[in-house]
Amino acid sequence: MSGAATANPSVAALRARFGAAIGRSAVVHGATLVHVARDRAHEAFAFLRDEPSERYDYLVDVTAVEYRDRELPLEVVYHLRSIPRNAFLRVKIALDRSGPFEVDSVVDLWQGANWLEREVWDMFGVRFAGHPDHRRILMWETYDEGHPLRKDFPLRGRFSRAEQVRRALGADLSAHYSMDELSIADAYGELPADMRQRLKGAAAPEGKGRSS
Amino acid sequence: MELSTPSPQGASGFVSPNWVTTRLDDLVNWSRANSLWPMAFGTACCAIEFMATAASRFDLARFGMERVAYSPRQADVLICAGRLPFKLAPVIRRIWDQMPQPKWCISMGACASTGGIFDNYAMVQGIDTIVPVDVYVPGCPPRPEGLLYGILLLQKKIKGESVFDPSLRVEQLADQRGLFLEPAAVDELSEPFGNSVHQTRSA
Repeated sequence: MSGAATANPSVAALRARFGAAIGRSAVVHGATLVHVARDRAHEAFAFLRDEPSERYDYLVDVTAVEYRDRELPLEVVYHLRSIPRNAFLRVKIALDRSGPFEVDSVVDLWQGANWLEREVWDMFGVRFAGHPDHRRILMWETYDEGHPLRKDFPLRGRFSRAEQVRRALGADLSAHYSMDELSIADAYGELPADMRQRLKGAAAPEGKGRSS
Repeated sequence: MELSTPSPQGASGFVSPNWVTTRLDDLVNWSRANSLWPMAFGTACCAIEFMATAASRFDLARFGMERVAYSPRQADVLICAGRLPFKLAPVIRRIWDQMPQPKWCISMGACASTGGIFDNYAMVQGIDTIVPVDVYVPGCPPRPEGLLYGILLLQKKIKGESVFDPSLRVEQLADQRGLFLEPAAVDELSEPFGNSVHQTRSA
């Protein structure tokens, strides 16, 4: 299964740099996966993004896996792609059952991690330290039954159907669909110049701040 | 509807075409039934069938549903086409509350009617636990003929109503926190059905 000849050279680079923090690696169906210790993961991701020989500039996905075997740790999985190098790397962080389910957020490295990490939090209950907007994303804010994709979560939910209906009806509509959230006004400063020019004709936003 | 025209044996044998007599109920129901404006609440594949129903081949307009209202305030019949997650439950309830009386509701498809195959934590098990439903259209998704048949059934139901029935438009909440039905009834309606897995809850 694992052949050093076909493994992504980024693994060797990681091992040279981080030593014992890099766990086992494997080549699965042609894609290399590597385990990284939780406390040095953020450093490793920064290395993978910024090192000239790595340049993983695109975070494809962040997700998590919980195995049916309760002995196995819960894993947070990152799919990295380097567009200039046409390379792919899968990085896993194993979270021990006893410890807190918390890893460092990578939103500061890849903006796209924002919603992906929120989804992992919502579905698996993994916290992302340093996330700028650490909220649920699929379930509503006041959802109180836990994290649905965990193995100990019953398929039909923890509450009775009547209680679920009651709580759902009691949810505040404006809490999940704020116009602020849908607005691009906040990101106005970061938009490309030509888009800003186009928007300027319609309505120039006046430095509106988030009201969260 | 039975319309009675004046007897042709008038004083001079003259028949006035200018007036008819009828029961008020018949007149009101006839006009209501033939000018239903649907509020389409499409969340899934049923909405595609709804669009087919509204388009030229099946042509909803033949039954007086010419205008599909995407504003609840100008609508008579809420058509919930598709599965309804709990996150949308307060949305459909607010839409229902915004619709002026008289109003009716069609639950289109298996998911809207019972939760369908989505017997899980995220899905409302039948929109009749959230809003009162008049007609259920079975199917996954129902063909346009099915929806049209449901609409004709609704028209039939409307034609049997009475303007003077005070109980028709009353919606009473069963509890202070927004349920129409008693909690036991909601639980019973939401029981697994068909070949769903009977799974015991942890709490």
